[in-house]
Amino acid sequence: MNPNLKVNIGKLNLKNPVLVASGTFGYAEEFKDFIDLKKLGAIVTKTITLNPRKGNPPPRTCETPAGMLNSIGLENPGIEGFLKEKLPFLKKLGVPIIVSIASEGGQEEFITLAKRLDKIKEISAIELNISCPNIKESARLISQDAKTTYKVVKAARSVTRKTLITKLSPNVTDIAEIALAAERAGSDAVSLVNTLAGMSINVKTGKPKIAAIAGGLSGPAIRPVAVRMVWEVYQKIKIPVIGMGGIIDTESALEFLIAGASAVSIGTANFINPRSTAEIISGLRDYIIQNKISDINELVGSLRV
Amino acid sequence: MFQVNARLLYNKRIKKNCHEMALSAPQIAKSALPGQFINIKVTDGLEPLLRRPFSIHQIYRQDGIKILYEAIGKGSKALARRKSGESLDVIGPLGNGFKLGRGPGAGGRRHVLVAGGMGTAPLVFLAERLAEAKNQKPKTKTLVLLGARTKDDILCEKEFKELGCEVRIATDDGSRGFKGYVSELLKDELNAIRYPLSAIYACGPTPMLKEISRISQEYDIPAQISLEAHMACGIGACMGCVIKTARNALRATEYEYKRVCKEGPVFEASRVIWD
Repeated sequence: MNPNLKVNIGKLNLKNPVLVASGTFGYAEEFKDFIDLKKLGAIVTKTITLNPRKGNPPPRTCETPAGMLNSIGLENPGIEGFLKEKLPFLKKLGVPIIVSIASEGGQEEFITLAKRLDKIKEISAIELNISCPNIKESARLISQDAKTTYKVVKAARSVTRKTLITKLSPNVTDIAEIALAAERAGSDAVSLVNTLAGMSINVKTGKPKIAAIAGGLSGPAIRPVAVRMVWEVYQKIKIPVIGMGGIIDTESALEFLIAGASAVSIGTANFINPRSTAEIISGLRDYIIQNKISDINELVGSLRV
Repeated sequence: MFQVNARLLYNKRIKKNCHEMALSAPQIAKSALPGQFINIKVTDGLEPLLRRPFSIHQIYRQDGIKILYEAIGKGSKALARRKSGESLDVIGPLGNGFKLGRGPGAGGRRHVLVAGGMGTAPLVFLAERLAEAKNQKPKTKTLVLLGARTKDDILCEKEFKELGCEVRIATDDGSRGFKGYVSELLKDELNAIRYPLSAIYACGPTPMLKEISRISQEYDIPAQISLEAHMACGIGACMGCVIKTARNALRATEYEYKRVCKEGPVFEASRVIWD
């Protein structure tokens, strides 16, 4: 039996449902010694902004129970730097490339970035990072307000025909409401969850463990929160969900698929075991063969209640 | 870079909280350079979640790697409990090590190695490689300054002597050698030395490295320093372990962040911006 692992996200046809979460995989080159990058379903880049960003002062990360906090602050070479220095390596791989973008200046910058990327044929899709907790130019994240989410997604939608994915924050009262707004505005998929806002203190010094005081929590610690949100969103929208939050092995990837994710992203696990993605891809194949499932899509949202 | 299941050859306490471990990792051992590090998953479970970085202390019988570590945190204590025969998930060799025989100061005749506490670990590997190079250039000498809290905390004195290094000791409490910080001892030595110096190589606590950077500028001797930072990935992906460096050695106001795990852990002292 040759089971089907292919999934569709918008216009993308992925050979398997395993992606990498933005910001945890650099621009893929960092992982070339560890895995065959060609085997990935898709690669999501570290978030790009219009202008280069130096990022936040260190310390930028700390470990927490079964997780970690980060406040990198979207350090990146800017769109032109990305296209010149990072894209040449990525486009040789023959794997769908999803470019994550964020704005330092409202929806105008999303439009500029989406327009620029729309012209580049090697880029398969755009992920709108409207949920990074580490660049708060205003008091709120875009993804913390349904109306603003709708406006930004609509604006990006109007300038690109590429697959558009909207990345959502878990730091909200009702994530399904935000997902619905993204869907109505024309997003082809939603990805969730970004990191949970968190904080950790060194009690010997009385100081925060990361310089930015608060950061984003990721890793297995947040998995149950993320699975619940995927389930919630899956029931309310028709576009595919890309699920993520603390996936470290095949079993945790399966949880997300069963909860309603059409694909999954591996994040923090890449830091711990750079081979995680490859191991999960083969683990999923083994699982569906053993359980006599002919198509992985049958698992999506198959939660028995 | 390799990710391997390395068999633990031995793991023993050598003094106080200080432990020495040897791992069988032929690919890493064959390609490792002094100043590089390995990143170890110390347990199989979620606690601790992240790997722990350790500088390479010595190559052990060609195919192995030795590390020296202090069992003080969650990760290092867990590592101290691992037994010989067990297998550990190890990534390495990582980062950029010390530059030998090239770069500033390569033409000089004397190297000074300055070690503070556990910072001694990578300098033994460095001294070995310098000794091998010395066989080709017999006039090169290596002076090692070892800093420790007390006489009972001095590490690797014998190893350095066996490699033909001249060793001087500084202890915080004066229980042996110079009383005070090893950086103060370095200043004394520099004042006394009358022959051309090639470079200072240092590893130790951050305040010590900061002071050594200052001294290297004052005496106009290039210094290479090995820095520590909290790392999440160790392979350059997460951008977590950055330090501030001068973009241009002459204009220190223009800074850029560099990753300790990738561009480092060894940096030219003159480029590091201390906050």
